This record gives sequence, C-alpha cells and structure tokens, in this order.
Amino acid sequence: MSVQATEHHGRGDASTRAPEGVRRTRPGSAYLAREYGIALVVVALFVTLSIASPNFLTTDNLLNLLRQNAAIGIIACAGTLVVIAGGFDLSVGAVYFLSGIVAAWVAVHVSVPLGLLSGVVLGGVLGLVNGELATRLKISTFLATLATSLAFAGVGAALTKGFAISVADPSFAKFGNGGLGNLTYPVIIFVVTAVVLQVLLWRGVAGRYIFAVGGNAEAARNSGVRVDTIRVVTFVVSGIAAGLAGVLDASTVSSGGSDTGVSLPLTAIAAVALGGTSIYGGAGAVWRTVLGVLLLAMIANGLDLVSVASYYQDILKGALIVVAVAVNSLATSR
Amino acid sequence: MGTDTARIELREVTKRYAGNVAVEGVSLSLAAGTVHALVGANGAGKSTIGKMIAGAVRADSGEILVNGETLNARSPREALSHGVTLISQELALVPELSVVDNVYLGAEFRRGYVLSTRRARRAFQELVVQSGFDLDPDTKVKDLGIADQQKVEILRAISRRAGVIVMDEPTSSLTADESERLHDVIRQLAANGATIVLVSHFLNEVLMLADTVTVVRNGELVSTGPASAETENTLITAMLGHAASADYAERHPVAAGAPTVLEVKNLRRNEALRDISLHIRAGEILGVAGLVGSGRTELARAIFGVDEVDGGTVTIDGVRLAKKPGPRTAIERGVVMLPENRKLEGLVMGESAAANVTLPYLRGRRGPIASMGWMRTRREQRQVAELLGELSIKPADPSAVVATMSGGNQQKVLFAKCLFRPPRVLLLDEPSRGVDVGARKSIHELINRIARQGTAVLLISSDLEEVLALSHRVLVLHRGSVAGEAPSSASMDEVMELAFGLPNGNRGISLGHTRSRA
Ligand SMILES: Nc1ncnc2c1ncn2[C@@H]1O[C@H](COP(=O)(O)OP(=O)(O)OP(=O)(O)O)[C@@H](O)[C@H]1O
Ligand SMILES: [Mg+2]
Repeated sequence: MSVQATEHHGRGDASTRAPEGVRRTRPGSAYLAREYGIALVVVALFVTLSIASPNFLTTDNLLNLLRQNAAIGIIACAGTLVVIAGGFDLSVGAVYFLSGIVAAWVAVHVSVPLGLLSGVVLGGVLGLVNGELATRLKISTFLATLATSLAFAGVGAALTKGFAISVADPSFAKFGNGGLGNLTYPVIIFVVTAVVLQVLLWRGVAGRYIFAVGGNAEAARNSGVRVDTIRVVTFVVSGIAAGLAGVLDASTVSSGGSDTGVSLPLTAIAAVALGGTSIYGGAGAVWRTVLGVLLLAMIANGLDLVSVASYYQDILKGALIVVAVAVNSLATSR
Repeated sequence: MGTDTARIELREVTKRYAGNVAVEGVSLSLAAGTVHALVGANGAGKSTIGKMIAGAVRADSGEILVNGETLNARSPREALSHGVTLISQELALVPELSVVDNVYLGAEFRRGYVLSTRRARRAFQELVVQSGFDLDPDTKVKDLGIADQQKVEILRAISRRAGVIVMDEPTSSLTADESERLHDVIRQLAANGATIVLVSHFLNEVLMLADTVTVVRNGELVSTGPASAETENTLITAMLGHAASADYAERHPVAAGAPTVLEVKNLRRNEALRDISLHIRAGEILGVAGLVGSGRTELARAIFGVDEVDGGTVTIDGVRLAKKPGPRTAIERGVVMLPENRKLEGLVMGESAAANVTLPYLRGRRGPIASMGWMRTRREQRQVAELLGELSIKPADPSAVVATMSGGNQQKVLFAKCLFRPPRVLLLDEPSRGVDVGARKSIHELINRIARQGTAVLLISSDLEEVLALSHRVLVLHRGSVAGEAPSSASMDEVMELAFGLPNGNRGISLGHTRSRA
C-alpha cells in the first residue's frame, strides 16, 4: 500500500503491449526509505550495541528483551490495524490493566483457566464498546478511547482499591512464565500475532477492507464495504490484544493490577509511527511496527547497558519518531 | 493579441517518476496575452508540464523562465509570487470550508491579524459578476457537486489576478453553457494580457480558444504551432501517432420483448428529487440530461442507495430493493455506480489498480477472487491485468498505485471497477470525464457491449452529444423533476429547451457549440 514504481511503457503503442510485459524499475528513494529505513536503523543499532556492550549480544539478554516487550509488541501489532483503518486506540493501557485484574480475580474465585480466558474475552468486549461508541455516536476514535480509557482504568482501580490481586495457584503463573524451549509463551504469542495480522493485511479480504476504509471511507462504502463494521472489528482486535497482554503480564507476576499500563498507548503509537504506518490511515504494515517495537526496546535496553541516562534515551526516541514521520510524509507527497 | 515577449519559457524540461519518463526534454515558449493549449492522450504528460510551470511539481532538469528570469519554483506559493497559478485537474479544495473561504484560502483579506470577511465577500461578488458563475459563498464545498467545485477552483485562480493561469481540464465536468461562460472569461483574461495554459480533451474548445497549440505524446513534444493551422483530425493524428475518428459507434436496437430491469417510482428526496419515475429495459441505455443541479447525480445516488430518500421505490427485475437500501444491498442485486467524483467517491488513491477494481467483488464464501476470507491474488492480478489491457490503461500493471496514474487513466480504472463483473444495472455518472479520444471510443463501445448483453444502463453526461449518440431514450431533468423524455433522434436544441424548463416550441436558446474530445 505504497507508492510503487512501474515501467513507463508509453514509448511505442502501449495499448498493444501485453500486460505481462510490465517490468518494474527502481522505486524512488523516498519510497525505499519509508519501506526499509526502519530495518536499516534497527540493524545499525543492533550492530552498534553488540560492539559497544559485551552484555548486549547474549542469548539471555535478547530473550529477556523480547520477553519484556511481548506485551507492548502484541498491543502495537493490533494497534497497527486500528491506525490503518483511520483510528486510534488510547484505551489499550486501561484494557490491559482491567483485564489483568479480572483474570486474577476469576482465577482466585472460580478457576485458573476461566480466569485466563475471561481476561482476554473482556478485552474483546471492551474493544467492542470502543468501536461501537466511536462509530455509532460518530465521535472521533481519539476522544472516544480517551474517555473509555479513563472509565476502564477507574473501574480497575475501584475493583482493587489500589491493591493488586495476587493469585496463589502456581498454575496461573505458567501462562506467562512457561514456554517451549528457550521461548516463553508471551514471546511466542507476540510472534504469532505479528505473523497472523501481517498475513491478514497482505492476503486477507479483511486486510483489503481495512486499507480501503482508512484510505477512502466513502469509496469503500460505495463499493459495498461495511465501513463501520470494519472499524469496530479493528477495535475488537486491539481490545483482545490488550486483554491478552494484560493476562500474560498478570500471569508472569502472579497478580492482577500491579501495572496500570498508562504508558502503553503512547508507546504503541510511537512504535506504529516509527514503522512508517500513516497516522492518517490507509497505509502501513505490521512487520514494520514490530521493528518499531524492537527499536524502542533496544534503545532502552542497550543504552541502559552502556549506561546512557534514560532522559537521553527519551530524547533519542522522540527524535527518531520525528524522523520516521517526516520520511513517511516525504515518501507519500512526491 | 499576442506580443513578442515570452511570459513563460521552458528549456529542456524533464521529469521522471522513479526512473519512468513523465516529461522529457520539453522546450516551449508561451507569449503574454495568449491562450496556449496543451493536448495529448491520457498520460502524455500534460498535467505534469502544467504542474511544473505552477510549482506544484519540481522538474528534475531543465529550466523554467518567467519574464526572462529563471524560476524553478519549489512550491505553488513561490510560483504565485511570480504571478503563476494553477487550476488542477484533481480538484484541491478544503471540503469543510465555505466557497468564499476556499476561494481566498492563502490570500485572505486582513487588517493585521484580523480577517475581513466583508471585503472578501465584496471581492467575491465582483468575481461572480466577472465570471458569470453564480455560487453561494457560504455553502460548504463538500456539499457542492463536482461542477460547482470546479467553478470554485476557477474563481480561486481568477481571484489571484495572476499573469499566468494553468487550467488543467477546467471544463471536464461543466455543461456546455457553463463552459461557454468560462470561455468568455478566458478570452477576457487573455485580452487583458494574461497567459492561459489550457489543457483540454475537447478539441473544438481548443481550436476555438487557443492561439497556439502544443501536442505532447509520451512525454515528448510533438509539435507546436498556431491553432489556425490545425484541425481536429490533424491534432488527433499528432496526439495518437495515427489517424482515428471521433465518430460514435452504431447504436444497437433493444430487443422487442426485453423485460424491464430497473423501475423507479416516485422517488423523492427533499428539494433535489421531486417525484421521479423511470424504467429501463434489459439492453437499454437511458440517457439523463439536464443542467448542473437538475438532480442527475442525485438520481443516480438515490437509486444506488448512497443518499437516503424521502419516498419512492426502486425495483430490480420485479423485486424491490430493501426499504433502507445502501450501496451494499444494491451491489448484491447487481447494481453498480460509477460516481462523478473519482477522487472522493470512487477510488482509494493510495491503493493499487487491482485492489480498487476488485473491492466490490470480494464478498461471498467461494468467489473467484476471494474465497473463505482470503485473496486469490494471482487470479486477481491476471484478471485485472486483462481488463486494464482491454481498456488500454497506462500502465496496464494491476499493482500500479492509482495516485501515480494520469487523470484519464484513473477514470479508466474506475470504469474497469464497474465492469469487472457484468452488472445487471449500470449507473454511469460522467463515465468519459477526462479521457482521450481513443479511450472515449473504447468506453462507448464497452457501454454498448454491456448493454447488448442485457444490462440496463443509466447514462448521465454533461456532454449532450454523448448522451444523444449513445442512449435509446433521453430523460431530461429540470430542478429535480422530469421535464420530459426525448427520443434519441431529438436534436440538442430540443433537449436543451426541456433542460431549461422552457415550454416546447419556444426556440431561441441554443447550445452554442457542441463538444468533441480527444
Ligand atoms: N506521482 C507520480 N508517480 C509516478 N508516476 C506519475 C506520477 N504522476 C504522473 N505520473 C506518470 O507520468 C505520466 C504523465 O502523467 P500526466 O498526469 O502528466 O498525464 P496527462 O497528460 O495529464 O494525462 P491525462 O489526460 O490522463 O490527465 C503518466 O504516465 C503517469 O502515470
Ligand atoms: Mg492530466
């Protein structure tokens, strides 16, 4: 969903030329920068950190880095769909918080499997609330999810009265801490989420609809696409992802409500923007969001290792976001 | 009229997109006080030349001189400061702002930091008088039809009092009488010393107005010379590289027992549609004529279900469309609409041609293009490529992004989107807007062919000649009502009288000129 260059075959008689004869020529540099710039930056930072710190390029550190960023990764991947469809989901932090609480509560009072499930389902329901609110009342998704975010977080705080709900049953902790071989479940789920959503965007009918809705809602409607339904679906997916992330982290620490998730929405949007997904909708990719997540993670992790103070890290993150968005807008303008 | 001073000069100007030539080594000299026409097939590079002159696109190499000074403008604003402005082919207005605010956008009247609405309004009234385009200054642009939007663009350009105005297909969606008003404005501007660069597919408009005509083909300059030395045929040959006729194809008869496919009864929608009834039989092409604002577009939108109606029914093959229909149900019943504004209502500009063409056809569990929610990309690419080739769309590459195509080629993609599957009812709102002579002919042939296969076609066009040549019957609208129906043998004058709401037999208003395109 990017500006693609095609052979100009106007010379001679274009109409008689077979369409199979179309050759691609060099795409523009701005296009390449947007599409692969983030990959270059990630690789460059990776190499630099590997050289700068002996502790960076170790299996433990890298696995740890992935594990710590699985939740934000899952949320950002799903959030990419919301942004492509032309929306924002600021409630993911609150959904994350509330889902963890409910999962823990149900695990304590009913059963562990039901607890894990209920947190994820709740995420989906809250996403549905967001989507319906925004589409039916025709409020901007930015404001709608800002409002629900306050409400959801309020409910969470009321339920816990400020104290996290600990779960004593050790089976509750398996979801967040167990795994296959070296990979913990959260990391596996992050990878699976990214792959599934990216394939859906590339090859799924839903992907086509999401791009069309974000690119030109009116044209999509005139083509028989249920514009509101598609938007709602992206919010449900985002809600499920936030719920899943909340449950995973609650499981990891065997308690619900210990992390309010306030920083999650903005970090997720930062990762999406770093990945070159258009904030105006209609263009973007999940794999680049994954790189955005990794970039932010490496800045924090790697610069900690080489003891750069965290405020410098934030300045760097901010600068990178500006660069990414600028590259993106240059690539789309000319 | 002209003087010897070159107002604008292009020297070996080249523009490539990602290595592909859009304009190559073009040198041109435009005299002050003249109308200089640019003609060429779709994708020839006309708009790119216009945009480079007006600073909207920057040339890769070469020089552009204004009054002898080098100006390779980096922005439209910079070009404007040198007295150059552009009416772009793809209308570039702010939908949420009013007409008057759009006209003076970026050139507001102000005292210090305070805007003076009164002065803007007064100036606007003067513009309206000068141009003869009567527009309500307070209407939001998004509520205007495309013809009125085009008028806003024109007023904006005139209001800048620029010495050079590039007009990229300014009359593509105006009716004949409105085009005529613009022609008067153009003549008047040129007489006052302005240089007009006119891009148009209407060759007789070009021959009538232009002092000089430049023909471009595949980004290169073919010829440039006085318009008086050219005829439509010489221009067509120069543009296409071979002779071609602009004649209309033979109309096929509707089968005697053909059933009624589309029936519309008493359709009402506030002031726009007042009790409209019509029917179209299988294989029949019903033309719809009328002035801008007569309800032509509103009629198509109401049938398709884009706008909600206050009353009336739409029946397809004897079965009513749902009470509260929408495009989705209409499409399900085999109705497709080609909207008048491709950029706003028709195409997802940032998407590929293939994604646009197949968008309405992805439903159902086991479709040929999509099955169980997944795309069958290879099949899609192949089928779309075939259709693009058939319509001689350039580039005929299904993965080409629509935004990078020329205006005429975008229009053809929109047409391809309607024909990807043979529809039962085809609603066409200005189908050949902005396409060149060859493409226009192939679009006409396709309309004929699709009708012969039993589709009911509703054809709206501000080009009356086109409506009369293609349709079996012509429905004439006047202020939202059916003013009458004309047989295809009717003359343009007869149709125009109905369109103006004149009682039959009252002569005296003529179309002035007919339009033919390249
Ligand atoms: N932004 C862009 N990116 C890539 N290619 C482009 C871009 N803009 C134009 N082109 C290509 O440049 C060529 C010339 O386009 P241009 O719009 O100047 O044609 P035109 O003569 O105005 O055609 P039309 O009559 O259809 O309006 C076309 O092949 C078009 O595909
Ligand atoms: Mg053009």
